[in-house]
Amino acid sequence: MNFSFLRFSSITKKIWMSLLGLFLMVFLILHLGINLCLLRKDPTWFNDAAYFMGTNYVIKVFEVILFGGFIFHILVGIILQLRNWRSRPVRYKINPRTDTPFFTKYMIYTGAVVFIFLVIHLMNFYFIKLGWKESPVPSLPNGHPDFYVVARWLFSQPFYTVLYIVFIIVLGVHLYHSFRAAFQSLGLNHKSYNSSIETFGIVYSIVIPLGYILIPIYYLI
Amino acid sequence: MDFTLKIWRQKNAKAKGKFVTYNLKDVSSNCSFLEMLDILNEQLVHQNEEPVVFDTDCREGICGLCSLYINGRPHGPDDAITTCQLHMRKFKDGDIIVVEPWRARPFPVIKDLMVDRTAFDAIIQEGGFISVNTGGAPDANAIIIPKEAAELSMDAAACIGCGACVAACKNASAMLFVSAKVSHFALLPQGKPEAKERVRKMVAKMDELGFGNCTNTFACEVECPKLISVSTIARMNREFLWAKIG
Repeated sequence: MNFSFLRFSSITKKIWMSLLGLFLMVFLILHLGINLCLLRKDPTWFNDAAYFMGTNYVIKVFEVILFGGFIFHILVGIILQLRNWRSRPVRYKINPRTDTPFFTKYMIYTGAVVFIFLVIHLMNFYFIKLGWKESPVPSLPNGHPDFYVVARWLFSQPFYTVLYIVFIIVLGVHLYHSFRAAFQSLGLNHKSYNSSIETFGIVYSIVIPLGYILIPIYYLI
Repeated sequence: MDFTLKIWRQKNAKAKGKFVTYNLKDVSSNCSFLEMLDILNEQLVHQNEEPVVFDTDCREGICGLCSLYINGRPHGPDDAITTCQLHMRKFKDGDIIVVEPWRARPFPVIKDLMVDRTAFDAIIQEGGFISVNTGGAPDANAIIIPKEAAELSMDAAACIGCGACVAACKNASAMLFVSAKVSHFALLPQGKPEAKERVRKMVAKMDELGFGNCTNTFACEVECPKLISVSTIARMNREFLWAKIG
């Protein structure tokens, strides 16, 4: 494996982080669109979408890009953070009192929580699709996993539901800072557009997680 | 006013430092913070103790030499000022004031509160200038510069290189300093011919010296005594991107 990207400058890494972050944010919208099909009593829409996502060749290509994007985003984030920790070997003895937005300081930690959620999520769904894990519910007549029932089964477990909601809230916190930060890292900072970018970022970081949380809440009710 | 000072004392770069507590009485509220330290040092000299070492020069907020991390903030509890412009009236009588040096790998402590900021000089040497042959003074209107560009450039040029941005940043990033220097020249026609080379070299030097990465907390902007905007960082990122792909 070629590790030459590790030698990229700090700004190059930030630009890659931003581009991949924005790409993943677009994916979250697409994923939510499919998830919202779970709100229907008829499983056809959700299972058709899952079948399409699992079999379409264009989607399969995007799947590789998506996984690559996730891995690269996480890897570059870790590399940047390790450097940041090294840049101040002796810490201040009293806590900094500079007034900065609270969540901006904890991106690596919220990112780590999102990563744990991603692993659990993949184990529950993607591993079944790959045949690495047995489905907890019977498959569809065409032999494909019945993800609609899998999702409903998972959300019927209170522990998983609470965990899911907590993880999604942390994802929202991660996204809260991400959108504006991505634009700033890409050099897109202009006094005429900054407030719109910030507002969109805040709305996105609230609406998208709410959309995801809506599904387990709907099942609980 | 009476104060309890907890000051970082460190014999040299290799020694292990510690906080030493001093009590100072009857300090005028009109004293600047550095004058208060002068009073402390006079007291220490009278007691046959070694005075506290700290950086100071112009004492009018333009040289960027005075540093000091005071009660968790670079340049202390006031906005848009250097430490020499901080007055004791900003504190309450009886306050405990904790004073530390700037903390960053590229800013090693020389002694007590004095740090070595030659890392900034090294970055400037990589491109913080324009290469022109000197000669007769050109006509002021020979090169037309748009008003907005001139103003933005002057805003960036206000950077005094004090290092508060590095001190405030949780990652000890020097992006605000470097971006101010890059923006200062990149916005002017005189600086454009070397713009790509300048940003590439200055960023490479910044990375080489061990400064951290910007994570957009914007603490640097909050603490900058000259109110340099983080929009300069965005401009540097743009300049860098164009330098790489252009």
